Amino acid sequence: MNAMTRKDTPVSTTATSPKTDPRGAPEDDRIPPLKRFVTAIGVQNISLIIAIAIVVAIIGIQNPLFFTVPNLKVIGTAIAIVGLLAVVQTIVIILGALDISVGSIAGLTSVTSAMIFTSTSSAALGVLGAVAIGVACGLVNGCIIVFGRVNPVIATLATLAAFKGIAQLISDGRAQGYTGADPFFVFLARGTLLGIPTLIWVLVLVAVLAHVVLRYTTIGRNIYAVGGNNIASRLGGININRYIIGVYMVTGAVAAIAGILITARTGSGQPISGSEGLELQAITAAALGGAALKGGKGPSPAPSSPSSCSGCSRTA
Amino acid sequence: MSQDVVALRATGITKNFGPVRALRGVELELRAGEVTALMGENGAGKSTLLKILNGDYRPDGGELIIDGKPVTFGDPADARAAGLRVIAQEPEIIGAVSVAENIFVGDLGRVGYNRRALLRRTREELKRWGLHRVIRADALGSELSPAQRQIVEIMRAVVSRPRIICFDEPTSSLGDEEVSLLFALIRQLQAEGTAIAYVSHRMAEIFQLADRITVLRDGGYVGTELVGETDHDRLVRMMVGRDLSQFFHREPAPLGETVLELRAVGNQFVDSIDLTVRAGEVVGVAGLVGAGRSELMKTIAGDYPVTTGEIVISGKVRRIRQPSDSIRAGIGFAPEERKAEALLLQRSVRDNAALVVLRSVSRWIFVRPRAERALAQDYITRLRIRTPSTEQLVGNLSGGNQQKVVLARWLATKPRLLLLDEPTRGIDVGAKSEIYAIIDELAHQGVAVVVVSSELPEVLGISDRIYVMAGGRISGEVTRAEATEERILALAMDDEVVA
Repeated sequence: MNAMTRKDTPVSTTATSPKTDPRGAPEDDRIPPLKRFVTAIGVQNISLIIAIAIVVAIIGIQNPLFFTVPNLKVIGTAIAIVGLLAVVQTIVIILGALDISVGSIAGLTSVTSAMIFTSTSSAALGVLGAVAIGVACGLVNGCIIVFGRVNPVIATLATLAAFKGIAQLISDGRAQGYTGADPFFVFLARGTLLGIPTLIWVLVLVAVLAHVVLRYTTIGRNIYAVGGNNIASRLGGININRYIIGVYMVTGAVAAIAGILITARTGSGQPISGSEGLELQAITAAALGGAALKGGKGPSPAPSSPSSCSGCSRTA
Repeated sequence: MSQDVVALRATGITKNFGPVRALRGVELELRAGEVTALMGENGAGKSTLLKILNGDYRPDGGELIIDGKPVTFGDPADARAAGLRVIAQEPEIIGAVSVAENIFVGDLGRVGYNRRALLRRTREELKRWGLHRVIRADALGSELSPAQRQIVEIMRAVVSRPRIICFDEPTSSLGDEEVSLLFALIRQLQAEGTAIAYVSHRMAEIFQLADRITVLRDGGYVGTELVGETDHDRLVRMMVGRDLSQFFHREPAPLGETVLELRAVGNQFVDSIDLTVRAGEVVGVAGLVGAGRSELMKTIAGDYPVTTGEIVISGKVRRIRQPSDSIRAGIGFAPEERKAEALLLQRSVRDNAALVVLRSVSRWIFVRPRAERALAQDYITRLRIRTPSTEQLVGNLSGGNQQKVVLARWLATKPRLLLLDEPTRGIDVGAKSEIYAIIDELAHQGVAVVVVSSELPEVLGISDRIYVMAGGRISGEVTRAEATEERILALAMDDEVVA
C-alpha cells in the first residue's frame, strides 16, 4: 500500500504556505477573502465546478427544457445511485484499497431484493435481505484480501465476476419479480420528501454519514492512518485487518442500497443491466473528487460534484 | 603476477551531501593481482566511495586514475567501459528469468538471443570459476537463495573480465561452503592479474585474503597497512578514536525495578537474547549493520513473533503477539525508518501525535478536537517541536522535528519502556542534542530507555550500559565505566559469533 523510501530530510520551506495548510496557519487573516474561499473549496474542485457550469450552460442554451424542475429531478435521481457508490469508494480508496466489485454487488442485491419481495411480499424483508447479502459480499471481499493476502484490485476483480455470475445464476439471466406496485418501492423510486426526490435524500444521508465518520470519529481517523502508512498504523496498535474487513462490509451494505434503488427505479430485479459499469463510474467520481489512489488522502464530503458532472452529460 | 602495477588510484576524493561531508580527501590504491581490504565503522564512507567508483555519484573533488589516465564516470556504464565493476551487496535479480539471463542481462540486446548458446556459455563460466556445483544455469531467479543471488551478481562482473573488481561485504549472505568458493574465485582473479577491493567487517576474512588494508574513519582517510605488518588491535584503533566531546554526557539516573527482561528470546532473526533494562536506565544496543538490532527491537515491540524464550515486563511474563499487546504492556517503539514506518506524512502534527492515544481524547467514537489539539500543543511545547501550528503536515517538518513528533506520540502513552531505534539518524547536530536531553529527562522520570545506534560515540555518551550484538546474538555486555569504542567494535566484529 505504501512504499515510502527514506530520503534526505526535507527542509520546511513550504511550512507557511497557505495552500498546504488552510486551517491552522496563523497568516489566515492576511489572505484575501477570494483566495480563502478558493482554498476552502479546494483548487481542483473549483475547476470541476467550472467544468460543470460550462457543460450546464451549453446544454441549457441548446435545450430550454434543461432547467425545468422535472428535468433537474431526473438528473438528481440519475446521479443518486452512482453517487452512493462513489461515496463508499472514496472511503475504500482512503484506506488504500479499491473495490471493483460494487457494481456486481448492486446487481446481485437488486435481483435478490426483488425475489425476496416477490416471494414474501414484504418490502422490509426484501430490503433487509438485500443489505444482508451486500454485507456478506463485503465480508467475502475483506476476508480474501486479509486472509488470502490478495491485492485488493485482484480480489475484487475476481469477485466482480463471481457476484455477477451468482446474480445470473439465481435470476436465470432475466429481470426478476415486480415491485412497481409496492408503495415502498414506488416511494423510493418516484416519491419526494419536502419536494426533493427520495433517491437524493438517500444519497445525502449516506454522504453526510460518511463525512461525519471520516472527519469526526476515531474510526475515520484510523482509516486515514491505515491508508497513509499501514506500517506506522500497525506499530501504533491499530488492528488493520479489522478495518479492511469492516470497510468492505460497509461498502457491500451501501452497494446493496444502490441495488435496492435500481430495483425500485426499474420495477424489477436487474442482475446486470442496471449495474454494469457502475464500479468504474464510482472510482472515477471518487478520484475526480480528490481521493488519492495510493491511499491516506482524500476529501471527506461526498464527491457529488464529479458525479453530477457525468450525470448532467448523460441525461442531456 | 604483476604486483607493482597500480590499476586504480583515487586521490583526494571528496563528496558532500548538502552540509554533510561524506568523504573528505580519501585515498585508495588498487594494484593488479592484489587484494586491498577497505575497512571502517558504519558511516565511515566505504559505501560512498564504492558508489563513486561505480559511477553512481560524481565526486565533488579529487581524481580517479585508471592505468595512469584520469577518468570521470557519468554513470555505471562508464565505469564498466573502463574495466571497473562494483559488486552490489544486495543484488537486483530478475525473478522470472534464468540464472543465465540474469548474468548476461546487459549484453542480451547486443549479441542477439540464443538461449542454448547462452546456457552453454553460462555453464562454461560457472565451471571456470568453480561455481557449477552450487548453482544451475537454468534455475529461475525467483528460486535462488540469498547466497545464490550473490553468486549471480559476482558472475555478472567476472564474465566481462574486468581489470578491477570491488566487493561490498560479499560474505554477509554466504554460508561457509560458498565463502570458501568465493575465496577460491578471488584467488583465481588475483592470479589473473585483477585488482581487487574488498569491503568487509570480518577481521578473520581480511587477514586471510588481503594484501593491504585501507582504513577510513568519518569520511576521512586514516591510512593503509600491509597485512603482514599490522594486527587486529591496531586496525580497531585506526577505525575508532573519534572526538567524544561533541556528544552528550549525562548523569545516570537512580535505577528502579527491572522493567524489561528477555529470557533466551529467539525467532528467525535473533537468537537466545538475554537482556534486562531497569527503570531510569538508558541501555545502548550497539553492533554493525545487519547484526539484528532493529529486528530485536521489533520483536520486543510485537511486530515479529517470539518463537522461543519469554518476555518479562515488570515481573510479569507477557505474551506479546502484536504491537497492540506491547503498547498495552507500556512499551513505546520509535522505529529506524521514521518516514516509512512511523509517520503519516500527509497528516498533521496533531493527527500524528494522537495516533496511539486517540481514544483518550475521544468521547465514545467522537474525537474531541479541543482535547486533541491541547495534547499536541502540550508536546510541541515540551519537546520544543518547531512547527507553525498543530495543523502543519508532518511531511513539511525537518527530520529532527519529525522525530520529536514520533517521540510525542509515544510519550503520550505514558510508557514505562521506550525503544528508540537510531533516534538521531539523519538529523542535525542541534536537534540531536535536544533528543539526548529528552532521553536523559525521561530516564530521570523513571522511564526505561533502550537506544539502538550505529554511532559509537552516541552509544557511549548516553548509555548506562551497552549490549553489543553480532550475527543475531548478544556478543557482549559492557558497563559505562568499562566501555570504550575499541572494546565495543571488537565485540561487534566478533568472528566466532558471526560464523
